[in-house]
Amino acid sequence: MSGFATYDARGVVIPVGLIVLAEVAARVSGLQSDSLAAPSDVVVAGVEALLDGSMLIATYQTLGSALIGLSIGFGIGLALGVLLGMFRVLDHLLEVTIEAIRPIPSVALIPISLLVFGFGYRMEIAVVAFATLWPALILSRAAIAGVEPRLFEVARALQFGLLARIVKIVIPAALPRVFVALRLGIGISLIVGVTVEISANVIGVGHETMLAGQSLRPALMLAYLVWIGILGWGVNAAMLLAQKHLFGPAANMEARL
Amino acid sequence: MKPSRIAWFFASLLVACGFVMLWQYLSDARLVSPVFLPGPDRAWAALVRGITQGELGARWLGTIERMIYGWLLASFAGIVIGAFIGSSERARAYVGPMLELIRPLPASAVVPLAISLLGLSEAMVLTVIGFGALWPMLLSTVHGFAAVEPRLYEVSRALGLPQWKVILKIALPSSMPDIVAGMRLALTVSLILTVIGEMLASREGLGSHILISARSFRSADLFAGVILLGVTGYVSAMALTLAESRLLRWRESH
Repeated sequence: MSGFATYDARGVVIPVGLIVLAEVAARVSGLQSDSLAAPSDVVVAGVEALLDGSMLIATYQTLGSALIGLSIGFGIGLALGVLLGMFRVLDHLLEVTIEAIRPIPSVALIPISLLVFGFGYRMEIAVVAFATLWPALILSRAAIAGVEPRLFEVARALQFGLLARIVKIVIPAALPRVFVALRLGIGISLIVGVTVEISANVIGVGHETMLAGQSLRPALMLAYLVWIGILGWGVNAAMLLAQKHLFGPAANMEARL
Repeated sequence: MKPSRIAWFFASLLVACGFVMLWQYLSDARLVSPVFLPGPDRAWAALVRGITQGELGARWLGTIERMIYGWLLASFAGIVIGAFIGSSERARAYVGPMLELIRPLPASAVVPLAISLLGLSEAMVLTVIGFGALWPMLLSTVHGFAAVEPRLYEVSRALGLPQWKVILKIALPSSMPDIVAGMRLALTVSLILTVIGEMLASREGLGSHILISARSFRSADLFAGVILLGVTGYVSAMALTLAESRLLRWRESH
């Protein structure tokens, strides 16, 4: 986790070395390939795609469907998680149902979603929602179950109703861990969104990568690959930073995934 | 298992049956078009027919085979490379930041590159599975090796143990919990990438089965494939849980 908090120049050596090596190798061999490109060509292709707007449109499509899917999936998962965490009877009763649906890999839903919605935003949103529902449910349920039981005794003593109990006790106590779930969920939504675009959908950065590969433009394809990496890293780093500032050590109770 | 736990299990099984009956009702009453949602009866019939008369069984085996090969490949490579990186502080300083940089990259994003390098072949699918599943393996092994109690290393130095013996006898067992956790995550990733690889490369497997079924509007076959994928995910996770509790039994004495 301290990967970028403590800056160590030694970590730069290998990536930079590899890039320089690739550049030199490509120049010396006079690389003419349908699948690889020199790093400088990749940069040029990436900047061109950024400037003509195509990369930004694709990014907007990917992030948009990932975020909408996340809001739906995380919302449902959170609501279910709070419910199941507070009412253990319900949790016990739904155990088999949940354990039967949860192991279905989210990509298996791509064809179903394609059948129902056709190509476009909605099919991607549906798959992302399904994928992000589970971590939200599991982690928020665990967060609620981990709330100090004495707080509920206090709530009983104060004669809180259900709503007051949720708003005044459960949510504040579980919030740091729910935020951890949100952080993981954002990562998952981006991964699943790109995966849907790679394997079926016709929008977004995943599709553009696929298209560049199929039209034998390796520099553009690799530029998109790097761009997807930057997006993933940026989102992850931003969420880690937000978590640190918002909750400090309170969020560190997480079991490392 | 305690009696109350068994009672709860049966109660929740009843609830699940209720949901299946609701599903049946929904499709019988045509509240959802049967093009999208076949009833559980039709999905089940398609499943049985596919396995007894059709190719579904062979496709299922193909998927399982790819998943396990890719996973074993990734686990082996991940443990070996991870042990090397994790047991040396210098290697961690050089390679660690690069690993953290690549980690959030969706594994599926390398599929176009793999296709243009290897074509729509079996090797491409295995490479993608192996590459994707390598990261969780590698990172958890590095983490496990880095977290080994330093005094154990001092002891081994005092005993004059050679490096490979230190890894085999001290570091590997004590990072086993991390490694097993990584293998569990890697198995999930393997299944996902297997399905994607099969969809894109049209290899004989469940991934291509569900995609082709969807394209030809055979929703019953599609759901049969999805059910099998769910079963695969469930059984593989269960098997790993069992293996984990056996492998890590020695920890309970602490």
